[in-house]
Amino acid sequence: MSGSVRHFKLVLLGDTAVGKSCLVVRFVRDEFFEFQEPTIGAAFLTQSVQLDSSVVKFEIWDTAGQERYRSLAPMYYRGASAAIVVFDLSNKESYNGAKSWVKAYAEENNILYLETSAKNAANVKNLFVEIAKKLPQQAMQQEREQGFTISPPKQEKKSCC
Amino acid sequence: MSDFEEKIGDAPAAPEPNEDTGKEQEKEEDKDRPSWLPEGCNQLADGEYDAIVLGTGLKECIMSGLLSTQGLKVLHLDRYNYYGADCASLNLSNLYSKFQAGDPPQYLGSNRDYNVDLIPKFIMACGNLTKMLLHTKVTRYLEFKSIDASFVVQKNKVLKVPATPQEALSSSLMGIFEKRRFRSFLIYINEYNPSDPTTFKDKDLSVMTMRDLYTSFGLCDATHEFISHAMCLELDNDHLTSPALPTVLRLQTYCTSLETYGKSPYIYPMYGLGGLPEGFSRLCAIHGGTFMLNADVKEVMFDEDGAAWGVKVDVDDMQTGKRELQCAKATMVIGDPSYFPSSKIRSTGQVVRSICFLNHPLPNTNNSESCQIIIPGPQVGRKNDVFVCCLSSQQNVVAKGIYVAIVSTKVETSDPAKELVPGLRLLGQILQRFDSVSECYEPAGDGLSDRCFISSSFDGTSHFEADCDDLLSLYKRVTGEDLDMNIDTSLEPDY
Repeated sequence: MSGSVRHFKLVLLGDTAVGKSCLVVRFVRDEFFEFQEPTIGAAFLTQSVQLDSSVVKFEIWDTAGQERYRSLAPMYYRGASAAIVVFDLSNKESYNGAKSWVKAYAEENNILYLETSAKNAANVKNLFVEIAKKLPQQAMQQEREQGFTISPPKQEKKSCC
Repeated sequence: MSDFEEKIGDAPAAPEPNEDTGKEQEKEEDKDRPSWLPEGCNQLADGEYDAIVLGTGLKECIMSGLLSTQGLKVLHLDRYNYYGADCASLNLSNLYSKFQAGDPPQYLGSNRDYNVDLIPKFIMACGNLTKMLLHTKVTRYLEFKSIDASFVVQKNKVLKVPATPQEALSSSLMGIFEKRRFRSFLIYINEYNPSDPTTFKDKDLSVMTMRDLYTSFGLCDATHEFISHAMCLELDNDHLTSPALPTVLRLQTYCTSLETYGKSPYIYPMYGLGGLPEGFSRLCAIHGGTFMLNADVKEVMFDEDGAAWGVKVDVDDMQTGKRELQCAKATMVIGDPSYFPSSKIRSTGQVVRSICFLNHPLPNTNNSESCQIIIPGPQVGRKNDVFVCCLSSQQNVVAKGIYVAIVSTKVETSDPAKELVPGLRLLGQILQRFDSVSECYEPAGDGLSDRCFISSSFDGTSHFEADCDDLLSLYKRVTGEDLDMNIDTSLEPDY
């Protein structure tokens, strides 16, 4: 029925206790808990979205609480195709937090993040200069090497050289 | 964007910061202030933990990962603002600032293409570290690459350690008759099973020395040397006069590892070794562990009996954003030697390392994009071996066209830089070079009475074998049990 399945890593960002895990649990399991434990004990969750001609399978990484003291490892951001930045509509502080998470994600994933103003010209020229600088590097990045994952031996067997 | 911000600000549901309620909260906190909290300190994170772990090096992160999966409440701190401690992989600007070397030169390319290990090591594909990665399923966060080749120096020549029977036959490491003896030795090793006496062939390896075992196959000294140093990864010649069994088991691990991925027995994580501690930290976090970087641990605190009960830390307060002293309490404190008072550790010597950038693969390695060269100590008049690790953009650790080679050894003289020369002269032209001498420590005690469980510093070898033994010992001291790394794939549907 469906065409190709495409896999993407998706990460959640945002201040602690804004509802990141709730959002994922609703999407993946269609459940909601008023008192969701801070982050589920899974490495990551997967859920697929059926599009017209293909299936997109998300590997969804939750922060596992490492955002609480701003201690997310670079590995968390690495190779992510998308990030959902979450904030709590009833908590202005978490909206300010969201902005800084976007900035952190941009830094880790080599994505440009600039705040500009057309009104007072702040950073406008800089924006285009930075884009220009980035173009060749971006092409190099796509040539990055891929590795393999390791799995346990299925049975004990050994032979030498 | 600013529109949106205003809307949120005006929303009636938004709680306005109120000075009065702030003060009330403070009073309440005072009432709830735990009795153990020292004067002048606020509570750090949740205050009370089962274990506090100091330093986010590989061993510490494996420990906190294992303990939190067993249900212990773990607080993990690091004085730096990055994961990995001594085993971090640094980008160019962090590397240059660490060595106070000014700005990186333009020709090295983009900062972000670099993940340079401060302590480079390769992972034996079927060794204990791989078992730990599989046991904890941290493998799912990481991708690996095989290391292209392993070499050994013999009579000033860089020679490939044979990876296939064909290579063994064509290798110039041995003469034609020696090759046959080598082959029958390997067949014996391959068939040897410690729990099946029919494979012993009248040799008792728990008594027979390694030298006698080699001699019984008629192997000459030069062959002993490359098998022991480049395959069994023995660090000096002490093993020759000890029972052969441990060395034989290491050779079996080497052969199984070699068989697994073909080119060499070693694998290496994409983007550098720093991914390993990061992976284990995530394991810990998803089991409830709390992580704080940039937490300057001022002291480990001890009770009247000399047992560690907590730590005092200078951290950013999350509410005020200002630095302040905070305290947390735990039944044990685990960490690397740099976090403990000098009375708790003792020196085990020094390791000298040189990180070199090149614009070419290592000479005489058949243009390997990644490789290891072991120079057995006796080849260059030393007790300890000299190690060379070379990596490239194949592992996403440097920009395309650049190679990073790291030479290391245990210091034996008062002129450590000179001790690296046998390795440095194998590199060809060097673009940039960073030398360092690190003091190595081991714990002075087992931690049972003082509740300080301390790891040993990383050694100067280019593999993790001794470090895994240290970790297994640390685990046993902390839990009183051996770490069971067996995986029953039939019971683990995830695999």
